[in-house]
Amino acid sequence: MSTDFTPWASLAGGTLIGLSAAALLLLSGRIAGITGFIRRALPPYEAARPLEAIAFLLGMIAAPIMYTAVTGAAVVQTVSDNLPLMFSAGFLVGFGSAIANGCTSGHGVCGIARLSPRSLAATTTFMAVAVLTVFLLRHLTGG
Amino acid sequence: MRIGINFALGLLFGLGLVISGMANPAKVQNFLDLAGTWDPSLAFVMGGAVAATAVGFFIARRRYTPVLETAFEIPPGTPVDTRLIAGSAFFGLGWGLSGFCPGPAITALSLGATGTLAFIPAMIFGILAGARMSRGGAVPGDG
Repeated sequence: MSTDFTPWASLAGGTLIGLSAAALLLLSGRIAGITGFIRRALPPYEAARPLEAIAFLLGMIAAPIMYTAVTGAAVVQTVSDNLPLMFSAGFLVGFGSAIANGCTSGHGVCGIARLSPRSLAATTTFMAVAVLTVFLLRHLTGG
Repeated sequence: MRIGINFALGLLFGLGLVISGMANPAKVQNFLDLAGTWDPSLAFVMGGAVAATAVGFFIARRRYTPVLETAFEIPPGTPVDTRLIAGSAFFGLGWGLSGFCPGPAITALSLGATGTLAFIPAMIFGILAGARMSRGGAVPGDG
């Protein structure tokens, strides 16, 4: 399924993501890594301040509701309803980002922004594997 | 106050994901689908996010402490290792299969798509499994 090219909305949205990450860094001194937040929000609470992590995640969950309340527009979304695929993918995303200590936000945005060699390596790896995966999924298996 | 600030920053982050189109897995998969219905929008999300975050790091380097805490928690520059690359590869596989990474999946929770509801518990389970494996000899989180 094709989607429209939206350079301005995407640039604006990306800038908001970056403003949030920059503000979090300057206020709390933390990297805005969503895997890290989920980990902090879960037992055994070995990292600091689980309530702050939970508040950040709740803010994220509230965002689509706020968006629709303010603009009156529904959030456009197409999610696969292949549940075994989504369940497997969820496990891979969670497991992989926990092992690599970061995901698209921690490595892809914050790590690249501070030119961390680890994050450059992680981002190159997951981008390449994801491109290859979509190629196999869409063009070789027809899924 | 810290909890309120974290909620507001999470809301800003989530609005950025919604406005940019990144909360739509179809758009993410189209970005990764170089050989098919390619949608380059996400390059603009990354560009905006990295640029705004980089400004945050630029300012942070000129401060001794963040506003609310006593020290910055910036990950140390540990070397690239197998765990980082393997974890990122698992992550990329799941990201390509679903079009979801942790931030957009959490944000999309309130939209309630069935695929999202299958993805999130599996992702949380994966994060707990990965964190358990990483415990002992693990490098501190990059994000």
